[in-house]
Amino acid sequence: MSLTNIFNIAGSGMAAQSLRLNVVASNLANANSVASTPQAAYHAHEPVFSAVQEGVSMAAQAAGSQAGDAAVGVKVDGITQSNAPIQRQYEPGNPMADASGYVYGSNVNPVDELVNMISASRSYQNNVEVMNTTKQLMLKTLTLGN
Amino acid sequence: MSSLDNLFGMHTQALALWQKRAEVLSSNLANADTPGYLARDIDFRKVLSGTSGAQAALPLSTTSADQIQSVASGGMPLSYRIPTQPSMDGNTVDTQVEEAAFASNSVHYQASLSFITAQIQMLRTAITGN
Repeated sequence: MSLTNIFNIAGSGMAAQSLRLNVVASNLANANSVASTPQAAYHAHEPVFSAVQEGVSMAAQAAGSQAGDAAVGVKVDGITQSNAPIQRQYEPGNPMADASGYVYGSNVNPVDELVNMISASRSYQNNVEVMNTTKQLMLKTLTLGN
Repeated sequence: MSSLDNLFGMHTQALALWQKRAEVLSSNLANADTPGYLARDIDFRKVLSGTSGAQAALPLSTTSADQIQSVASGGMPLSYRIPTQPSMDGNTVDTQVEEAAFASNSVHYQASLSFITAQIQMLRTAITGN
């Protein structure tokens, strides 16, 4: 029954998009965090998505190409950190300030994050719609002949 | 009762095809933000000519089973969509196009369902006589 596969596909899409929303939330929450070294400063996180075939083992997935089976879900490959430059602020009164009086802020760009948030929520809604439509089709199929 | 096997005509196969297409389109929608993902679709005409036995072109004959088959065996002929607005990350999913295709696909699926329902009701009428 390939209609049930759609639930897995749309579900993987929803999981990936909600993780993206989660990452956006952490980035926005930490937008104003400061640290005493550039290394310790908060770097914006970004999830990396990749396509994954549903119901196929990872080994077969590595061997085969994308063109094989129809059902392709989404998986989160990992979370990378942004390489954008860290802002340095002169705040000698801050307890986190280093010897020369600087604190290091995050490299989160709030505009980027908000755009990401809108995109993630729209994609999530798309997947919900796909799931709803599929559910209706399945229910109609179950009552076939009435 | 071989006529019963053919009762629903091509609609059972059509249902399977619409299901498969819904799967492909939902994969496209789920991967709308995956870098490098290429959107795909099923060409209805190709599948139809495959099931009705009509070959679009003469296939190359092979003298051994080990040779590469010129015609793909089994499965649905999936083709890649030609992007109207290519994006920087190599993703070719156009969400609006996919949504429209998904909606029309589900209407087609329901059409096939109602054809089958009509056939069942006709049989019922024939059996009960009223």
